[in-house]
Amino acid sequence: MAVKGGFQEMKKPKDSKGTLMRLVSYLAQFKITILIIVLLCLASNVMALLGPKLAGEAINVAAAGVGKVDFNMIWYYVRLMALFYITSALITIAINVIMVKVSKQVAGKMRRDVFDKLMTLPVGYFDSHQTGDIISRVSYDIEVIGTCLVTDVTTILTNVVTIIGSFIMMLTISPLLSIVVIITIPLSLLYTMSMRKIVQPRYKRRSRAYGAMNGLAEEMLSGHKTIQAYAYETKASNRFDAVNHEAAEAFYSADRIALTMGPVMNTINNVSLAFIAVLGSIMFMNGAAQLGQISSFVLYSRKFSGPINEISNTINEIFSAMAAAERVFTLLDETEEPADVENAKVLENVRGHVEMKHVSFGYLPDKVVLHDLSLDALAGKQVAIVGPTGAGKTTIINLLMRFYDVNSGEIFVDEGEIRGYTRSSLRGAYAMVLQDTWLFHGTIFENIAYGKQDADMQEVVEAAKAAHIHSFIMQLPDGYNTMISEDGGNISKGQKQLLTIARAMLYNAKILILDEATSNVDTTTERMVQEAMKRLMKGKTCFTIAHRLSTIQNADCILVVDHGDVVEQGTHDELMAKKGFYHKLYSSQFN
Amino acid sequence: MRFMFRYVKPYTLRVIITILLKAFASFAELFMPYVLEYMLDTVAPTKNMGMVFACGGVMLGIAAIILTVNIGANRMAVFTAKNCSYTIRKDLFWKSLQLSGNKFDEFGLPSITARMTSDSYNMQDFIRMFQSIGIRAPLMLIGGIVVSMMMDTGLGLILCVLAPITVAAVLILSFKGIPLYDKVQQSVDEISLVMRENITGIRVVKALSKEKYERGRFQKANETMIKRDRKAGTIMALPGPAMTLFLNIGFVLVVIIGAYRVNGGVTEPGVILAFLTYFNMILMGAMGLSRVLLMMSKANASSNRIKLVVDQPDELLPIPESEAAKTDSEAFIKFENVSFNYGESSKHEHRQKENFAGEERQKSLDNISFEVNKGTSLGIIGPTGCGKTTIINLLMRFYDASEGNIFVEGKDIRTYTLTDLRRKFGVVFQNDMVFADSIADNISFGRDVDRDRIKQAADDACASEFIEAYEDGYDHMSAAHGANFSGGQKQRILVSRALADNSEILVLDDSSSALDYKTDAALRKAIRENYDSTTIIIAQRVSSIMMLDQIIVMDDGKIIGIGTHEKLMAECKEYQDIYKIQMGEEV
Repeated sequence: MAVKGGFQEMKKPKDSKGTLMRLVSYLAQFKITILIIVLLCLASNVMALLGPKLAGEAINVAAAGVGKVDFNMIWYYVRLMALFYITSALITIAINVIMVKVSKQVAGKMRRDVFDKLMTLPVGYFDSHQTGDIISRVSYDIEVIGTCLVTDVTTILTNVVTIIGSFIMMLTISPLLSIVVIITIPLSLLYTMSMRKIVQPRYKRRSRAYGAMNGLAEEMLSGHKTIQAYAYETKASNRFDAVNHEAAEAFYSADRIALTMGPVMNTINNVSLAFIAVLGSIMFMNGAAQLGQISSFVLYSRKFSGPINEISNTINEIFSAMAAAERVFTLLDETEEPADVENAKVLENVRGHVEMKHVSFGYLPDKVVLHDLSLDALAGKQVAIVGPTGAGKTTIINLLMRFYDVNSGEIFVDEGEIRGYTRSSLRGAYAMVLQDTWLFHGTIFENIAYGKQDADMQEVVEAAKAAHIHSFIMQLPDGYNTMISEDGGNISKGQKQLLTIARAMLYNAKILILDEATSNVDTTTERMVQEAMKRLMKGKTCFTIAHRLSTIQNADCILVVDHGDVVEQGTHDELMAKKGFYHKLYSSQFN
Repeated sequence: MRFMFRYVKPYTLRVIITILLKAFASFAELFMPYVLEYMLDTVAPTKNMGMVFACGGVMLGIAAIILTVNIGANRMAVFTAKNCSYTIRKDLFWKSLQLSGNKFDEFGLPSITARMTSDSYNMQDFIRMFQSIGIRAPLMLIGGIVVSMMMDTGLGLILCVLAPITVAAVLILSFKGIPLYDKVQQSVDEISLVMRENITGIRVVKALSKEKYERGRFQKANETMIKRDRKAGTIMALPGPAMTLFLNIGFVLVVIIGAYRVNGGVTEPGVILAFLTYFNMILMGAMGLSRVLLMMSKANASSNRIKLVVDQPDELLPIPESEAAKTDSEAFIKFENVSFNYGESSKHEHRQKENFAGEERQKSLDNISFEVNKGTSLGIIGPTGCGKTTIINLLMRFYDASEGNIFVEGKDIRTYTLTDLRRKFGVVFQNDMVFADSIADNISFGRDVDRDRIKQAADDACASEFIEAYEDGYDHMSAAHGANFSGGQKQRILVSRALADNSEILVLDDSSSALDYKTDAALRKAIRENYDSTTIIIAQRVSSIMMLDQIIVMDDGKIIGIGTHEKLMAECKEYQDIYKIQMGEEV
């Protein structure tokens, strides 16, 4: 199982324009909502801009002087002001609420897409990527994107409206003075563009560093007990320190540069103010402008600075969201399990005849694990696979279930090549109990019923009884409704195994795979389990990878695998008589 | 919040300087319009071109100063934030490693990892933000009010009344938001949980074609998160506009009352105009404040979650000799009437319900007594869940016994520091971990073990053959969770780790389940011949333990047979049964 996590990240950076477009496409389904938001923004801004204007009118009325103020007019303006302000506030709230809704739904949609994607990825992807890093894409990266959507989109919308509004006002006041602004705005844009080149890779580094840190923390902490047992805490801490340090530095290197943008944009503004002042003074001296004109021009140019500042801050956040989005999209672009071939057959009415012909396979192209493996398991027969560790036993299972595809050779189920069947129907033909038992956070009932959609309590109880876990379950305070904590929590290995056996029993498929399944069940229980198993296996093809002598002895065929080849094949008695590899393995227990 | 300040404290001086710089920049910013006014009102009428350019130069100079100061301050703020979050994570990770088994299960791995990442980022963002606008915003708010009071006390009073009401309203809304963010964070945990389960169980999911079902399960968690996120977001969307509205209403009031005052000859109309400017300033300040509050509520939720872990009291500290139990026994390991129950020391009732094994029996261990002499070996056998692993958990002090005493080398184990006690052990647990590191480092595992010893241990554990088949041998890297090794290969690496340091006590808990008989036998032979460790082997197979000096047969937390293989074959019926089933009719 190749470790390619490292290379994955080094893929050539995708063009950020593409990333942006994809991000926008997520918003596409909300286009009407967004159109409404834009209109609301416009309305709220116009009202907010009108406020000061009305105030000015009111002040002009008040300027009439002592005892001469026309209060009818004052109240008229004041009522209008209040109305505009209240409406503007309500609209802003509406915008925010709608924006929160949109952004949270987009984030939710992304999380869902990522998860759906994960479900279509080949098993190899999970073998080669750190769990923590994958989770970080959902818990951190999508969070960044979500935050960006809610605050940034509204910020930019609002501010763009303000800028355009102010610019129009400035043009009407003095086209000549507006030249200053016409120069500085493109200057700001140019600066932002150039900064993007510097900041973007740093944000990418930051996202990567966060992912790596999450990965290591997750891995280290799952070995919590071992670390304590070996007093490895300091060393573990040092290892974490390295990724933690990189995460901190990556953050520092990105944000310290990103945070120069705000001040620089602000300075461009201040500089333009200085130019307006000088130019304005000269115009005034030449009689080309009046004092009032200049001061209101300045007022509007000040209105500019706030929004430009805000936008430049926002752009930073957008950069970091883009870096995050790229990590999410990389995952969404992973190669899926190859689709079922066209007109793939549905494997039905399985008899259970499994045949492997000259199969060779390696997880890496240059490292072949299975060389030339052939086996023929007739329907209803029991095949035991034995052999030293690492001989390729688990790999055989991976191939049978099409978790991986063979490099060369063929595998048949009921005389049909397995690549000609739909994956789900092929896998549906198998029930398995794996070496690494797997339970999820849910009730015991849910865990056992997992393989059978509409199993009722009676069926579950029967399966549990057959797996001899029923009486244990009944001792629990909540019986079948007892919650199992994540990963089985405190349940012993053996109990977990019994639960997964119960699950497999309920699933009732034609072909069984038992990967060292009974090795953790104590012998007393095992005898009972085996009786139940024997009943269950009746009429079913069964592949067992176990070292139990009793299992092996009863098998119709024993495959002895060593270094990726079948070295011996036959029944227990035949192989014992042969006095070969199997005989050696078998006798070694009585050393 | 106090928790966060603990981490900011070492940088107090730096933070103060940053804030002062920010304040200075704000004031300098205010100076710009002043120069402008001077130019237009005073300089321009004199038609002194030189003065105009000089003033323009001054403005440029101020702009340059502001630029420098702001950049400097921002960098300092980022620097502080970076160092704080680094230290927070460091402490959190360290503490997580120290947590007792009970506590660790209580928090759960995904939740701890989430605290390590997204929670620490929330704190980091807040620390950074706080310095750049956290002070500037209130400064503008208060400064605006003060200046307007100075201009016209009567009109200023309106602000004095309104400002506290506004801030209070915002605070109330924000504090409503805080618990909502706790909920959001819980949702993040739940989503991570489902993802983790699916990633680790992908084979089962695919084998049973449960992809659709799992999508549904994820979607359920996802929907909950969207709902919670929206609720929190919606609440937090209110304070900003509300604040603007309050202040604008204040402004309307100023216009009315101002008009009456002008009419009464108390105020000049220009003052009302000036108020417009200051209102803007106050508004900006209030907006900034609401942003800070928003981040604060998030950071506060995160900070509490981290604090919960970091401030866990230290557990299982060594006790003084005077409180320790004494024994006359010369045995190397001694259990004296030990009873134990899982979950007993856990204070959190709600987690306990989910804690499966804790409630399954009255007692996990019931009055266990035995002795093991130095250099001898002990085997433990018995049905699943009978308490075999619990003995190891107590012996290595992952938990303290509820009753009875445990001695190692004649000393109560509670008198050792955990490190001293555990250093005596070489151990392989059930479901043990191979880490993403080189094989050599996985075997030496932080201890001072040289290459020869590593190789020797790997030889004894029958691991050297497959390890040396790699081109890079012992430097071969393991993938995360040892995913690139088979079950048997992992177990051999783990056994090598246990053997590498020649530990005084060797514990193998069901660590040969994935080994074939031949390897298992070779391993036992190597241990017998090459190691003088006191050995405890827990196994399901009789063949793994029948040669040992002493065997304990357990059932339901009790010892039901103890002695040598021969003695048990003669006296213990359960042992005979096990033997018969496993060894088959051949014997």
